Amino acid sequence: MAWLHTWTGLVVGWMLFFMFVTGTAGYFHYEITRWMEPERPLVATQPAADRTELISLGLTRLEARAPQAAYWEIVLPHDSPATRLWQDFEIRWEDLPEPGHDHGARGNEILDPVTGAPLEKGAVRDTGGGELLYEMHYRLHYMDLLLAYYLVGICTLLMFIAIITGVITHKKIFKDFFTFRPGKGQRSWLDAHNVISVMALPFFIMITYSGLVFFDTTYMPAGMAAIYGSDRESRDRYFDDLYAENHDHQAASRPDAPLAPMLASADQAWGDHQVQSVFIQHETGKAPRVEIRRIDLDQLRWYDWEKKVFNANTGEAMASGPYGTPTSQTRQIITALHEGRFAGPWLRWLYFAAGLLGCAMIATGLVLWTVKRRKHQTLPGTDSINMRLIEALNVATIAGLPLGVAGYFWANRLLPVDIADRANWEANVLFLLWGEAFLYACFRDIRKAWVEILWLAAAAFALIPLLNLLTTDKHLGASLPAGEWVLAGFDLTMLGLGAAFAWMGIKVRRRWLAHENPGKPARTATSLEEPV
Amino acid sequence: MTSLLNRFCSDSARYRWAVFSRVTAAFVGGYVLSSLILLLLSLTLPLPQAEAIAASTMLGFILYTLIIIWAFSIKRLSTVWLGLLISSLVCAPLVWWLMPGGGA
Repeated sequence: MAWLHTWTGLVVGWMLFFMFVTGTAGYFHYEITRWMEPERPLVATQPAADRTELISLGLTRLEARAPQAAYWEIVLPHDSPATRLWQDFEIRWEDLPEPGHDHGARGNEILDPVTGAPLEKGAVRDTGGGELLYEMHYRLHYMDLLLAYYLVGICTLLMFIAIITGVITHKKIFKDFFTFRPGKGQRSWLDAHNVISVMALPFFIMITYSGLVFFDTTYMPAGMAAIYGSDRESRDRYFDDLYAENHDHQAASRPDAPLAPMLASADQAWGDHQVQSVFIQHETGKAPRVEIRRIDLDQLRWYDWEKKVFNANTGEAMASGPYGTPTSQTRQIITALHEGRFAGPWLRWLYFAAGLLGCAMIATGLVLWTVKRRKHQTLPGTDSINMRLIEALNVATIAGLPLGVAGYFWANRLLPVDIADRANWEANVLFLLWGEAFLYACFRDIRKAWVEILWLAAAAFALIPLLNLLTTDKHLGASLPAGEWVLAGFDLTMLGLGAAFAWMGIKVRRRWLAHENPGKPARTATSLEEPV
Repeated sequence: MTSLLNRFCSDSARYRWAVFSRVTAAFVGGYVLSSLILLLLSLTLPLPQAEAIAASTMLGFILYTLIIIWAFSIKRLSTVWLGLLISSLVCAPLVWWLMPGGGA
């Protein structure tokens, strides 16, 4: 039983660390993808084009390409705050569904703003990008999706319980926030763990609870299953009711009413250059409608675009209610808080910092766990094999997993562009490095393993800008003068991460290796504590 | 045989069984009870049906968490099991009675 408790507790810790590392990266997943596709041009050059001209080109192309569509959308070229990237002139559509289905196939094309002809997608290397990295935090990898969801759910629930009970039992929560006693072994680890946990407590409560809400009817299906049923059709029916969605559409077609007055009315309400796209849809039994959608702002409900709705036949303005029902909106706000899609630059960095604090909280907790038990172990040299394994897994996860993430970026630059299954191999490199760090930590003096893998991670991150310089033309020397902050920001963040790991390496080395008696061979003891 | 008996009846073994029983009560019993309560809420909240389900499912995680914490905070293990059992036995017939097409 104790064995079970020990191992489940620890496995949760390691998995949560993995989820926090990959999830935190997700707050910049568009930026990471951009960096991992260096073939894309530095600054998109778009000739200024007339808006109504563009929309008319888009409509012509949509009529030819998607004559039987549930909706059409023409996206005007703009600087997108949602992705922090340039958005090209693009058309999107969804085909009418086959009988018995809710949705048809979706499509999109980037169009030439002058001719309206579809542009070939620029050839970019095959990469999983930031998307794959951030998806790992709830889909894991190499694993059945449903099994991954359940494992992630159990870890999340246990973390949620740990936080709530931590708050309840922690009587001196405020005082401990200001308490840090360095250089005192276990006491210092505990202080560090407390300070970090309290600092970002609201974030941890929000992120765990909202993480559960994403999969609400997967984890607690009782209500839906008993009242609607649990087969696919019943679930679809439930979600349609919840989101007040109607799937019965007529094929989208060119509006009879002129679009220019609609655009003018939007301009009048929002100011110039605020129109993001024109959306056309015809629900069966209702008048066909045109939506003029505004560029995403920092509103919390980012899926609920600010928009102007018009009758496509008459051009009359129509009322536009918010998307979904009150409860579904509540649910969407909870999940929006998790994803932080509404966050502007500063809030986004705050999310990122809170995520890193989460990594630090779990890491200090794992280390504290071993330090505490180390005290009760007998003399050095009689390490139980369990303890040795746990310490090795701690090194491999806390220092080795970040090394793997750095390796993911190295693989993106170094793997030959034409190998088969390239995107998968980038991910394989991440897990291979993680695994190798574990094997290394198993056979190496654990203190040396800590120092060496921390330094290796520091070098792996810090050298990425150099690697970028040697392998692409999108390096700091090019991105900084061009003001491409997405690319430059990535390289600079890698330098920052390299510095952080170097600092940890120096700290650990100073404590353990500097005082070593030069005449004596290194002890094989694995204590993280320095006898003061 | 005696050694086996000793293994299951010694003080440390008894402690382990108690922990096992409590963990089962908290996580399995708690899941059943919170599912029943959220189902009851789904049937009674004054909202359209799908919304009532979504709202109570979101509350379900909080219920589940509170029940688990409660199960670990009560000293007597028998109180935990009894509490879970009685609450479930109160909820189940209500659910059955309120279910569309049920109770008849």
